[in-house]
Amino acid sequence: MPEPQAEFAIRVRDLVVGFGRQTVLDHLSLDVRRGEILGLVGASGGGKSVLMRTIIGLIPRRSGTIEVMGQPIGGPHGGSRAATWGILFQQGALFSSLTVRQNVQFPLRENLVLSQELMDEIAIAKLEMVGLRAQDGDKYPSELSGGMTKRVALARALALDPPILFLDEPTSGLDPIAAGDFDTLIRTLQKTLGLTVFMVTHDLASLTTVCDRVAALADGRIVAIGPMRDLLQSEHPWVRAYFHGKRSQMLQPQMR
Amino acid sequence: MNPEPLLLATPSGDVLKLRPEGPWTAANVTTLETLSRSVGAEVDRSRAVTLDMSGISALDTLGAWILEKLSRKAASSGRPAEVVGVADHFSGLLEEVRQVNRHTPPPVAASNPVLQRLNDLGKATIGAREDIAIFLQMLGALFMAMVGVLRRPRSLRLTSLVYQLNRIGLQAIPIVVLITFLIGAIIAQQGFFHFRRFGAESYTVDMVGILVLRELGVLIVAIMVAGRSGSAYTAELGSMKMREEIDALSTMGLDPVDVLILPRVAALVIALPILAFIGSMAALYGGGLVAQFYGDMGPAIYVARLHEAISVTHFEVGILKAPFMALVIGIVACSEGLRVKGSAESLGRQTTTSVVKSIFLVIVLDGLFAIFFASIGM
Repeated sequence: MPEPQAEFAIRVRDLVVGFGRQTVLDHLSLDVRRGEILGLVGASGGGKSVLMRTIIGLIPRRSGTIEVMGQPIGGPHGGSRAATWGILFQQGALFSSLTVRQNVQFPLRENLVLSQELMDEIAIAKLEMVGLRAQDGDKYPSELSGGMTKRVALARALALDPPILFLDEPTSGLDPIAAGDFDTLIRTLQKTLGLTVFMVTHDLASLTTVCDRVAALADGRIVAIGPMRDLLQSEHPWVRAYFHGKRSQMLQPQMR
Repeated sequence: MNPEPLLLATPSGDVLKLRPEGPWTAANVTTLETLSRSVGAEVDRSRAVTLDMSGISALDTLGAWILEKLSRKAASSGRPAEVVGVADHFSGLLEEVRQVNRHTPPPVAASNPVLQRLNDLGKATIGAREDIAIFLQMLGALFMAMVGVLRRPRSLRLTSLVYQLNRIGLQAIPIVVLITFLIGAIIAQQGFFHFRRFGAESYTVDMVGILVLRELGVLIVAIMVAGRSGSAYTAELGSMKMREEIDALSTMGLDPVDVLILPRVAALVIALPILAFIGSMAALYGGGLVAQFYGDMGPAIYVARLHEAISVTHFEVGILKAPFMALVIGIVACSEGLRVKGSAESLGRQTTTSVVKSIFLVIVLDGLFAIFFASIGM
């Protein structure tokens, strides 16, 4: 990676997003530094996914500005952003009529001009990097297990080597071993590829083990942001309830 | 603009020195492929290869893989490639790429086209047998569900039945009326036009009446219902199957046939005769309008001629067929819906199959009925 031109990969300022009369995000500001893994926590239905989908331009905003890699979103350069970010949707969102290999090749085929041979090699390379075998490439998404679906979706998100990776609850629905493996995988890939990772998650273990910083979203804004240590000491009532509730307390000894 | 990537090849003695420069990233892939191909011959010729990475300004997986491929190409013919000058922040990526693509899966053996054809034919034959089995199975399951409802009338899903009746019966009336009206008018016009030459214009009314009541009314309506409601049934049940809703029903101790399929098929069996009746009336009305404005035959004469030409038998022959056609459409639509597998493509394929198959079966059934009614003299 070249030397970062700017310190921040994503800058969100005064963002307001709502549906009908309801305001989901209320003057929210958030900075994601280059090369960090940022975990976003928040109540179910509290706007985590809305924030992510607004940043990637799937949901229109009422006001505020969003900059990704120094470029404003929705501005005059609003063309294809496929090479800027890769997105791992919660359910994988693999194209069900394409094989695993074709799914991974899809962004390459649509955005670049390269030979089929090289495309096959790159697809297999990506699959092996996320811990799958070359033979898995010929399967269809309906034949995959939950963990494999997430891995394929990650391989597809990484197909163009984007500098930013968005993950929507990457470990939900995985058993603890698979979730742990997935966390390690994200950490490894982030280091080797120099990625910035924006991760929406409820998984306390991944927050502690892989995230450099954690942001807590409550009442439509970021109420606390910092390394996990700082968040555990936060005085905000919702953050306290989140990290010091019964479930979290049970996990604390193992998390240290 | 970013500088273009370069690949400098300097042969010094037996050693080929390769020095990639600039951004080796996915954005420049077309250039990179050309570059790596252009030095292929030189790599083959030289004894040893040195890869000097110090000139690279940006590197991603794609660029790293192309470089790795070059060094593997050299290594595969016994000329070890020496990699030097790797910047720290690229070493992890290069190390990672070195691990991948080591085991190429065996290529799929090309199959004999004749054998392939025979294989497909065999599969289609077995598939046809399976289709018949599924049809009969569904018919049996529906019959059992029917018996269950007759034993305990309260177990009938009345709300669902009424909802389906509204959807496939009441809401289908406008389009059914429009199409059958037009068909009736067209038949009458053709009749007047051609029969005029023999001075047999009045027989047009006989033709319209018998054709519409015996055959066309019910056939056209059945085909329209297969396209309109049969496809909806297949798509609904298919997407419920995809989202495991049908499995959820079974685990709650409910039979999907009772809950989902019986109300749908029953609604079709009730609605199709009604729609066929309405459609036939609309067609006769269309014929009457053409008779007045094109054939110079007043309404009174048209009705009187109809009265002479047709009997209740003609009407019975038509309307008796309707419930059986409805049953065929319903069974095909529902069983195709249950055959949907995980993908969106399979949902589309099954919906198409459902419509094609039910229209085909409706026409075959109509032919069988024609033979049957002819032989019993109706």
